Amino acid sequence: MSRIGQTFTALKAQNKKALIPFITAGDPGKGMTVPLMHALVEAGADIIELGVPFSDPMADGPVIQRASERALANKVGLKDVLTMTAEFRKTNTTTPVVLMGYANPVEHMGYETFAQAAKAAGVDGVLTVDIPPEESAGVSDVFKAAGLDPIFLLSPTTPESRVEQVAAAAGGFIYYVSLKGVTGSANLDTEEVANKLAMVRRHCSLPVGVGFGIRDAATAEAVARIADAVVVGSRIVNEIETAPEGECVNRVKHLVAELRRGVDAASKQA
Amino acid sequence: MKLTDLPDSRGHFGPYGGIFVAETLMAALEELRVEYDRARNDPAFMAEFEYELKHYVGRPSPVYHAKRLSEQYGGAQIYLKREDLNHTGAHKINNTIGQALLARRMGKKRVIAETGAGQHGVASATVAARYGMECVVYMGAEDVARQSPNVFRMKLLGATVVPVSSGSKTLKDALNEAMRDWVTNVESTFYILGTAAGPHPYPMLVRDFQCVIGRECLTQMPELTGRQPDAVIACVGGGSNAIGIFHPYIPYDGVRLIGVEAGGSGIASGKHAAPLSAGTPGILHGFRSYLMQDENGQIIETHSVSAGLDYPGVGPEHSYLKDAGRAEYVAINDDEALAAFHDLCRLEGIIPALESSHAVAHAKKLAPTLKKDQIILVNLSGRGDKDINTVAKVSGITL
Repeated sequence: MSRIGQTFTALKAQNKKALIPFITAGDPGKGMTVPLMHALVEAGADIIELGVPFSDPMADGPVIQRASERALANKVGLKDVLTMTAEFRKTNTTTPVVLMGYANPVEHMGYETFAQAAKAAGVDGVLTVDIPPEESAGVSDVFKAAGLDPIFLLSPTTPESRVEQVAAAAGGFIYYVSLKGVTGSANLDTEEVANKLAMVRRHCSLPVGVGFGIRDAATAEAVARIADAVVVGSRIVNEIETAPEGECVNRVKHLVAELRRGVDAASKQA
Repeated sequence: MKLTDLPDSRGHFGPYGGIFVAETLMAALEELRVEYDRARNDPAFMAEFEYELKHYVGRPSPVYHAKRLSEQYGGAQIYLKREDLNHTGAHKINNTIGQALLARRMGKKRVIAETGAGQHGVASATVAARYGMECVVYMGAEDVARQSPNVFRMKLLGATVVPVSSGSKTLKDALNEAMRDWVTNVESTFYILGTAAGPHPYPMLVRDFQCVIGRECLTQMPELTGRQPDAVIACVGGGSNAIGIFHPYIPYDGVRLIGVEAGGSGIASGKHAAPLSAGTPGILHGFRSYLMQDENGQIIETHSVSAGLDYPGVGPEHSYLKDAGRAEYVAINDDEALAAFHDLCRLEGIIPALESSHAVAHAKKLAPTLKKDQIILVNLSGRGDKDINTVAKVSGITL
């Protein structure tokens, strides 16, 4: 079983839900990413989603877009992200790391080369936002063969007929994007999400994480009641963007601890 | 499989094309694919499209023998396909009418578009006014500044123009932003994509709507010259005017197809927009094609005097035609395009778009290598009124 699978199994045994924070590698500085990753774990992260910077992040809103621009200005590319993961792994061998990004940097490195390098660096899963299952032949298999979980998205616009196809290509967990729109959008209707998740679970046995629109303990708690994992991106990246120099790690730690309390409150009441 | 049978059912032109978008857009693209498939097999839809092209756009556009230009260039006879004479001044309207009719058929009341030079934005704003739809146009902030007449045109036509300040502030960033709008408003909104690029089915449907250019030439050239041309030349940014004139000529083996990319300050300078001449394959904006990218797979900034060619990718069918050897692709630098611009102004009384001037500039190179009875057909994809500020500026003139 993969490190991601083990994490979900262990949480389930404790009747807990997973918290998955997202940061963009190289933001705010090249040397900040590994300390931030450790801080996320200390504050209660179960899995880390590490954004791979890309020049044209089509599916992201302004907050993550700016993080990508800052990281690129710091000259952080896919190889650096793998180096950072390997560095993180020197002292943490248990927390799964999922890389999230766009197809082109991976395609440019070569899927096979990337998969081997990512596995060697200690990466557990890969989400390439703009490779849907229809285009994933020769990608998912390569990832799976290397021992990487291919993570796929489902969205409110995904028809029921597609869910099985997406689930078949996926590994690790399914990432349900709870809103139409780009990352960082507002307003989350948890009842609507709950209905959609019930449908998803009829076709898919993988754990389901929910992201988009989670910004505090209350929204984290609401989502933790219905999902297996709570994914938080823009809110954390926003904290990194606005933190005064030197306070970034502490601010992020504080925020993630608050989100953790929200997630755990859901399982206590359940 | 024949070259003309592409793309396959999933939008692939060999290794190029496809659907590389986030899950959120998959359902919308499938809906568009299904609806377009119905529409193109619906005689009533096609009849309305043709009616609009004839009575609203003014098609067929003429083919014109540029005798003085041919004489000056010394060699082959140069003919111009006058897409600049279309309503709104460029080939872009062929496509926007087709897509607006599709939007209406799908019950979408809001259309969005991206634009570089502003020609596609104007063509989108025009059809939105014509069919009574709300229209939002995304345009790179840098392009808003250098194409102000077109920005005002769009506003006159009732569209909202949104300047995009992210990234390089040009066409690619406008495209990113339009995609983000579409992801957010996917149920109410139709995305009128301006070139034969993007995720399937856009490269196919834009090509199909633009093929009217080449089909008319297939009839017009024999009427005018007794035969088909020896070479067809068109500028390539995203590549919609080029694929529109190339595609009907693909089965005509004797006709060379030559796409002209923006060489900017020269390929060697790195400051250009010529992915087919100097790029490598990759994935951007929903499809696989030749791209301008760095060693980390990041998209690099492009440079061209012509906003409409200032794009780091190219329609996937061009990548396929390049690899298959059916079309050739060359680059023309800013200064060569500007010289051709002035040639056409002074010798033929035609002010061409800077985009189209790249195609004319290559004709200038090719013509002397051919015999006097040989024929070059240049797609004059747009008129140059929009570019007079740019041309004045690079010539050091204040208007």
